[in-house]
Amino acid sequence: MLGFAQLFASRLVKALAILIAIVVMNFFLVHAAPGDPAMVMAGEAGAADEKFVEQLRQQFGLDRPLHEQLATYVGKIAQGDLGFSYRQQRPVWDILAERLPATLILTLTAFLLALAAGVALGTLAAITVGTWADSAITVVALLAYATPIYWIGLMLSLLFSIQLGWLPAFGYETIGAGYTGLAHAADVAQHLILPVITLALFYMAGYARLTRASMLEVRGQDFVKTAKAKGLSQSHIVTRHVLRNAILPVITVAGIQAGQLVGGSILIETVFAWPGIGRLAFEAVLQRDYQVLLGIFLVTSVMVILFNILTDILYGIVDPRIQAAR
Amino acid sequence: MTVPLLDVRGLSIALPPGADRPLAVDNLTFTLNANEILCVVGESGSGKSMTAHAMMGLLPHPHVRVSAGSLLFKGRDVLTMPEAEQRSLRGGRIAMVFQEPMTALNPLMRVGRQIGESLRAHTPLPAPARHARVVELLDQVGLPNPAELADAYPFRLSGGQRQRVMIAMALACQPDILIADEPTTALDVTTQKQILDLIRAIQAERHMGMMFITHDFGVVAEIAHRVAVMRHGKLVEYGAAGDVLNRPQHPYTRQLIASVPHYIEHRDDHAKSGAPLLVAEKVRKTFHVGGGLFRKSKPVVAGDDLSLTIHPGETVGLVGESGSGKSTLGRSIVGLIKPDSGRILFEGTDLLSLDAKGFRPYRRRVQMVFQDPYASLNPRHRIGDIIAQGPVAFGEDRNKALKRARELLAMVGLDGSAADRFPHEFSGGQRQRVGIARALAMEPKLLVADEPVSALDVSVQGQVLELLDDIRKRLGLAMLFITHDLRVAAQVCDTIAVMRRGKIVEMGTSRQVFTHPRDAYTRTLLDAIPGKAWHIPDDLQKAPVVGAAS
Amino acid sequence: MINADFWKAFARNKGAVFGLVILAGILVLAAFASVLFPGDPWDMATAPFQPPLSDGSPLGSDMLGRDIAAGIAHGARVSLLIGLTSTAAALAIGVTLGALAGFHGGRVDDAIMRFTELFQTIPNFVLAVVLVAIFTPSLTTIVAAIAIVSWPPLARLARAEFMSLRTREFVQAAITTGQSNSAIILRQILPNSLSPIIVSASLMVATAILLESSLSFLGLGDPNAMSWGYMIGAARTVIRQAWWMSFFPGLAIVLTVLALNLVGEGLNDALNPKLARSRG
Repeated sequence: MLGFAQLFASRLVKALAILIAIVVMNFFLVHAAPGDPAMVMAGEAGAADEKFVEQLRQQFGLDRPLHEQLATYVGKIAQGDLGFSYRQQRPVWDILAERLPATLILTLTAFLLALAAGVALGTLAAITVGTWADSAITVVALLAYATPIYWIGLMLSLLFSIQLGWLPAFGYETIGAGYTGLAHAADVAQHLILPVITLALFYMAGYARLTRASMLEVRGQDFVKTAKAKGLSQSHIVTRHVLRNAILPVITVAGIQAGQLVGGSILIETVFAWPGIGRLAFEAVLQRDYQVLLGIFLVTSVMVILFNILTDILYGIVDPRIQAAR
Repeated sequence: MTVPLLDVRGLSIALPPGADRPLAVDNLTFTLNANEILCVVGESGSGKSMTAHAMMGLLPHPHVRVSAGSLLFKGRDVLTMPEAEQRSLRGGRIAMVFQEPMTALNPLMRVGRQIGESLRAHTPLPAPARHARVVELLDQVGLPNPAELADAYPFRLSGGQRQRVMIAMALACQPDILIADEPTTALDVTTQKQILDLIRAIQAERHMGMMFITHDFGVVAEIAHRVAVMRHGKLVEYGAAGDVLNRPQHPYTRQLIASVPHYIEHRDDHAKSGAPLLVAEKVRKTFHVGGGLFRKSKPVVAGDDLSLTIHPGETVGLVGESGSGKSTLGRSIVGLIKPDSGRILFEGTDLLSLDAKGFRPYRRRVQMVFQDPYASLNPRHRIGDIIAQGPVAFGEDRNKALKRARELLAMVGLDGSAADRFPHEFSGGQRQRVGIARALAMEPKLLVADEPVSALDVSVQGQVLELLDDIRKRLGLAMLFITHDLRVAAQVCDTIAVMRRGKIVEMGTSRQVFTHPRDAYTRTLLDAIPGKAWHIPDDLQKAPVVGAAS
Repeated sequence: MINADFWKAFARNKGAVFGLVILAGILVLAAFASVLFPGDPWDMATAPFQPPLSDGSPLGSDMLGRDIAAGIAHGARVSLLIGLTSTAAALAIGVTLGALAGFHGGRVDDAIMRFTELFQTIPNFVLAVVLVAIFTPSLTTIVAAIAIVSWPPLARLARAEFMSLRTREFVQAAITTGQSNSAIILRQILPNSLSPIIVSASLMVATAILLESSLSFLGLGDPNAMSWGYMIGAARTVIRQAWWMSFFPGLAIVLTVLALNLVGEGLNDALNPKLARSRG
């Protein structure tokens, strides 16, 4: 158990280092954004006279050397100050905080669904390798892997909400219904179905393919031969020996792809008008609200780091060697 | 007449179309009785493992399948039994131990549990009784702290310990037959001896019938009651151990026995003349494994105060078990590793003090022959180019170098036309000849040969050893011969240095090391040589004439 | 590398042949876009909201009367162009960094791998959106952004290949026979690490096309180039009335990406039959 704690601590330190690097990168992106920030701010504030701009420069320390500005910036980030959106006239963090829960629900559910369904389908395909079930899973996975997620989203909503009317096409809840308690939860869940399936489908396809390939590879390894030579039943061999070993690369890839999944929420939230950070990103792009956009960049990066820690813990649980390797 | 424990009748195993031959095993017939050890001997591709796999239902179906014959266990054909019944035999009545202990255990499952699985599948024992039995089994195979060890994961165990776990697993349900497929091949020689002793003791105690698959006649001499020799899927000789070992009839058996490396008694001591060619002084090297930003790396001492002298024309054998650091010294001499301290003097110049540019001329004079003939030739280059690349790098005209390559190929016993072909068209032994030609192309004075025959079949081993011996005599080369096999060293070396844990514990002439070892560890090594009590028949003592390319 | 054996192995994979045929079709469509659909795809060609199979517009028209089929043909050019160039750029960054890390090991490797990890942690689509938005959308910024977010897997792959090959005995033999570092990298290691890199690159073209279409979907495409993602994004709001405007461009993306994935798998089968591994 000590090994596990140590592992966890070292991962946290690493995550912190990556976070700092991202903050620094963010700082340089702010500076790369078109136009003099002061001019932009002044323009957004609706006054562009020279004196006001100069005043803004001093106020925000834009006349100081770059490294001082960086230090100020990092200091502010550390205090949770992600800047100010002049378009919305609100601090960036307030805007983000309001949208964060919706995105967390969406991405986390999709991530777990993709992982669970992907591993299940991949396992099924590997067990039935060469049969119609395997072929069907392989073809579906291949198609899902080749389809842009926003298009799947559009087509699913075209089918299930516009044509069939089964599920709501967009939004987080039924506006004006005034549901509370369980009814509200059920309402949100209903709104959640299409976005989650859409977001999960692409990654599920990837994990299914990977699980299948990994299972087939592990099946040929020596220890599986040992298990067969012990006279164990086929199902026991698959669940206890093959699957557990085969799942390790899937977890690794899931961790690496967490970033893509979080990024994909921009598209899904845009399609389904899901009021999360992704939808906010789309609005910020339309309005060229760079402060908000960069805030989103930072917050989503933190989300990915959290997802990575989650997969690390999963990996540590499955593979005893990790805890002892230190 | 009683029914034999195992009766194999006319067994044939078909390979998929496109394989190098239609039948992996061809009309094989033999029996195995209770309370005996049958050694099945053969080189790679002889079909010996395939036979064992057929018995255990482990053939990679549907590609490979039994096409004829029967496998009778106590009179009943295993092959026609329903799957459930076969499964209850497997691990219950017939158990198997595999070659590679490092990969044969599930890395994610505690070893006790892996043994317990067998008991769970074949006995009605409740969990606590199973656990007690597991601990008892681990104790029986000589593992320390069995109760603690049962909770360990395989990666904590050494190769020898893992093989003991495998044996405990096989013994779990008191099988009638134990199949051991090269169970000691992947182990160091001292560990091999311990495992062989264990297997023999367990077999005698439980009166099991045992089928022991091996390629090594030394091992056969150590444990066999009866012997079956296989070649290309066919049984070529079958009889009592004493007969086959001492009065082999079939030419192939005779060739295999003649190829067993052994100390040649009438070899003269090498007369050291002139200044030493190479002197290694107090070479030290520590590797740091693991380690990262927040972790301390673990130091592994690979070389600790290594000193060694090689005279012109002398062959020095560097013998040690895995991890003893023997390769470290060889790689330091050819400049693949930079030692932490010490000196390596080649004709008086300290190689370690030279920078890359200064070292370059010495690259020509010291050359290396590598271990794995499958990995040591670039698969995308033609043989001729592979040999010529070195001289060309030193400014020789390419056409001239290619012409020389053909001559060298002839010298190592290959046809000159081999130069235009790619490595995959050649067998392991032939590739090793190419590797030797590549080293010779540089016209070296010292050849470092790092386990040059350990990846080869025994009969090919003999041929390559002879080639090396012949060439170094003809060209007056000095050689540092690195090997884990004392028998091989004894056959080709003038001087032998024995290494253990990064130190040279003994160095002397082959004769002295073999007949009057001074160090206790050397004695342990000598004692561990399988079949040391067996005297190879006199008419086979002299190695066969070098035939055509292997 | 490309010989009769290669084609035999490739052709054994039916899907790969199917993919190659589709890909050839898309290439022809892209090459002859201006011949098949002369004129600017941005111009109004017929009445708005024409359903498929109507006069003069086989796949219908959009809300401004632009021909969907013409848009798809011209969009194929943009998709393929961006897919190929951004993959080439990602290859240049990834393989160089990976090769350096794998060949030199030690501190160089450590530094490069930390850098790679950083880029792998950043949600790549978000970064691409931020980059394109800040540096204003154009073909160049889109290609650069896709390359910047796509190189890490290639770097890891190249590193792993170089690392394993560097310790191979034939590379050590090249060192002991006095060959120069550049000769060792270019003649001994690179040719042997090429097949997995080619396979990944072919799959990356598909990913790059998906990324480009996603950017265009959000309105971050090059405003002068007709692209599939843009067509879907623009038609999104009228999907209730006109499904075909977003359906057909999406189908074009699916077919292209599917074809590339299938070809990539075929390449994998043909190039990696344990060739570089032992006992080939």
